[in-house]
Amino acid sequence: MLPNRPISPSTLSVKDLLWQVAWSKDKCTLCGRCTSVCPVSAIELGVFRKRTLNTDLASAAPPSNVYQVYHGIRQKTDPAYACVGCAMCNLVCPNDAIVPMHSDEADKQRFHINRGGSPRSRGGRRNVPGGILDQIKFIRISMLTDPALDAGRHEFELRTLLGRVLPPEENIKFFKENGWIPPVREIYPLVIGSMSFGALSPNMWEGLQLGVAYLNEELGMPVRMCTGEGGCPPRLLRSRFLKYTILQIASGYFGWDEIIHALPEMKEDPCAIEIKYGQGAKPGDGGLLMWHKVNKLIAAIRGVPTGVSLPSPPTHQTKYSIEEAVAKMIQSMYMAWGFRVPVYPKISGTSTAMAVLNNLTRNQYAAGLAIDGEDGGTGAAYNVSMDHMGHPIATNIRDAYLNLAKLGKQNEIPLFAGGGVGKNGNLAANAAALIMLGASGVQIGKYVMQAAAGCLGSESDRCNICNIGQCPKGITSQDPRLYRRLDVDMVAERVVDLFLSFDTELKKIVAPLGRSTTLPIGMSDALGISDYHAAERLSIKYVV
Amino acid sequence: MCRLFAITSKTPLSPMVAMEAMDIMREGHDGSGVGLFLRDLSGPFEEMKEAPILSGIFTEAGIKRLDRFMMDLGFMTKYKISIKVPKVPLPGTPRRDVYLIRAYEYPEGWEALPFQELGRRLLNIRLQLRTMGEKEEDMIVFSFWPDVIMIKEIGDPMKVAHHLNLDRKELHARVIMAQGRQNTNYAINLYACHPFFIEGYATMTNGENTAFVPIREYLLSRNVLGYTGYQSDSEVFTHILHYTLNRLGLGIEAYKHIITPLQDKDLTAHPNGAFLKQLKHSCRQLTIDGPNCVIGCLPDHSLFMVQDRKKLRPGVVGGKPGCWAFSSEICGLDAAIPDRDKSKDFQPMHLDTTMVGPDRQEVKICSQTAPLALPH
Repeated sequence: MLPNRPISPSTLSVKDLLWQVAWSKDKCTLCGRCTSVCPVSAIELGVFRKRTLNTDLASAAPPSNVYQVYHGIRQKTDPAYACVGCAMCNLVCPNDAIVPMHSDEADKQRFHINRGGSPRSRGGRRNVPGGILDQIKFIRISMLTDPALDAGRHEFELRTLLGRVLPPEENIKFFKENGWIPPVREIYPLVIGSMSFGALSPNMWEGLQLGVAYLNEELGMPVRMCTGEGGCPPRLLRSRFLKYTILQIASGYFGWDEIIHALPEMKEDPCAIEIKYGQGAKPGDGGLLMWHKVNKLIAAIRGVPTGVSLPSPPTHQTKYSIEEAVAKMIQSMYMAWGFRVPVYPKISGTSTAMAVLNNLTRNQYAAGLAIDGEDGGTGAAYNVSMDHMGHPIATNIRDAYLNLAKLGKQNEIPLFAGGGVGKNGNLAANAAALIMLGASGVQIGKYVMQAAAGCLGSESDRCNICNIGQCPKGITSQDPRLYRRLDVDMVAERVVDLFLSFDTELKKIVAPLGRSTTLPIGMSDALGISDYHAAERLSIKYVV
Repeated sequence: MCRLFAITSKTPLSPMVAMEAMDIMREGHDGSGVGLFLRDLSGPFEEMKEAPILSGIFTEAGIKRLDRFMMDLGFMTKYKISIKVPKVPLPGTPRRDVYLIRAYEYPEGWEALPFQELGRRLLNIRLQLRTMGEKEEDMIVFSFWPDVIMIKEIGDPMKVAHHLNLDRKELHARVIMAQGRQNTNYAINLYACHPFFIEGYATMTNGENTAFVPIREYLLSRNVLGYTGYQSDSEVFTHILHYTLNRLGLGIEAYKHIITPLQDKDLTAHPNGAFLKQLKHSCRQLTIDGPNCVIGCLPDHSLFMVQDRKKLRPGVVGGKPGCWAFSSEICGLDAAIPDRDKSKDFQPMHLDTTMVGPDRQEVKICSQTAPLALPH
């Protein structure tokens, strides 16, 4: 900094930033790949002036000095260009000459990312690593009287139900009378949660769909994927693969014009319809697709002009109350597909989830309830919503299950848990814990991006720029120059890898517990935790 | 692991037949308890098939409370068996005052009630007595039902049988179920000792039920009178049986479809596949994940045996017309019915329900893949 440069309140040094780019002059070849790949232009070519002193003790010549210029990489300190830590520079550097380092203390840039009075928005998850799910252990190991099973060779039926299941008495009666029995899908308990076409790049979406189709058709695993609120590509709507898809309708109704028009031409029914009332990452807030990502294709599918931000309202505007919304929307969606497709709401984790659930128990059409906890990810949200709003999923799911058990409806309304499942990489353990707490299945989003496409985002605030369409891996970008980095087939392959390894791990968890013929929903006697209060709260065993 | 033995015979038999079979199989249980279920009684009870019999263990104070309670309801003692407890207690068995087996006259007007209502009232009284007893620890009741006697005690089956002198004419019965207990992870509590009984249905189980907690939660939430207790994970089998036949109106062949539903391929090929798929979904919470062998008795005095789907527990059925036994092990069967055609012994596998009807003429084997008689 020059001595006469004015200091403004937002003048920061590299030390003040969250991510500091370490660059080695010795290794750098000045190829320029790092500066061109940086998604936020945090680094630029720098011209440095350096003074070298010549003080040769041997000769009698007087000391001299020389000013030299060298070229290298300079990190910008303007908060608008702050490094996001994605480390793409490191990825492309031929000599490992550059790498972003996390600041060793709380950064100062956080106080300045609100230029123009606009608070920080970003993608990713709550910037809080860890979580209760990882602390839960599976303690009821079958020994002696009930020997453990062989996870590798035993037969397992680890599927779950999505749909309103009638109580046995009614079911038998309706079956006899040829009455209407709500549609129920037998699906794999790990569902790819709602990530919209728009939030995700076309390559990412196609890769996911391809992987899901392969899992279903080649491996016989009934894996399902939810579209999120962004409609569905017209060809998929008219293909047999639609049956692997859960169509989401949310408060912006994006893409539903296209869906409704495709109805007469659909070869298959979709797996289900998810009505989104909320999501865990930004509870009480509507979906948001920022203008950067609304290109011609996205605009066409969603039925909107290009280049405008698409904020969905926080609630379904045509409805007066959630009770009415739930009843009417569920009814309408059932009617659209001739009562052949299950329809269920998804809400964000909240202390009022029980009110919603109790309402659903009295609605004979409600096909389930998905609850998305505070650790859920998103493509775009205000930072404050992500970091501070929402309810943890563990207690929400447990309360919901116990509430249903009290009403005797634990088998009638399947609960799906989402939000931070596999956040620390322990996908199967987290999923199994939630299932044993009472979930019928779990939804994952961010985990799929990380495992199947190499998403760099983390809860230490790395990358997390899904909102601006600059995803360096091409996962959440609509810029062909970026998303062509993502190979569709390889994403599909990774989706398959992820589900197969999950399946093995899930068996490795349930087999020692002596379970194989049904998913151990609500098997809370298998769970333990070394946190006394958590154990009390979740009604599981306290173990130390 | 528990050991199970059940026998149904045209000629009334002494409970010792079952006790001896149990003793032969003693390597398979740890002698921590015995449960005995007698039905289709002979002797003095032959003449009073309609009279409800209360079975349980009482302290002196408990008996007094029982008498007051029953008299207030209008029940009169019709007949009782006195089991005199020897002065020297059996090591390992708690000291008891009275093992009660008492037949009652119904209160006035009750005989005219439909049997269903009568049964509900009897069940209600048993539950009330159980609650009273749990509070004061002065009564333990096992059953209160016409033509049914149950005896349960902690200790080695044979020793307990001798201690209580069970080889007596009054206890001869045509249907006997016995269980030699292994005390596993549930505390020694006679309410955790099978066979379990509810409204005419009795079962006993070998093996642990790993899906116990969700099943218990589901049964508790059915709001059905008597779906309580669950000191043992085996009690759910009795209640699922009761639920299947009594509440859902299905036959015994459907029991196995509830606890171990067929998988996809078999379901698709099954003539009642559509119905069974619905049943599998709506009764998902009742699917067991044993290794379990269940032996049970129905109100019509049929005996049956079913196995779980994966890790079959030992179980064999054999005998001759007029006398059939269901046993955990062949040696138990040999002890009880040595003169049978052993080549006809049958060990039910993962799809089978094995039954001997009230006529005791043959063993009926029903595969889960066979068509199901549905209620009309």
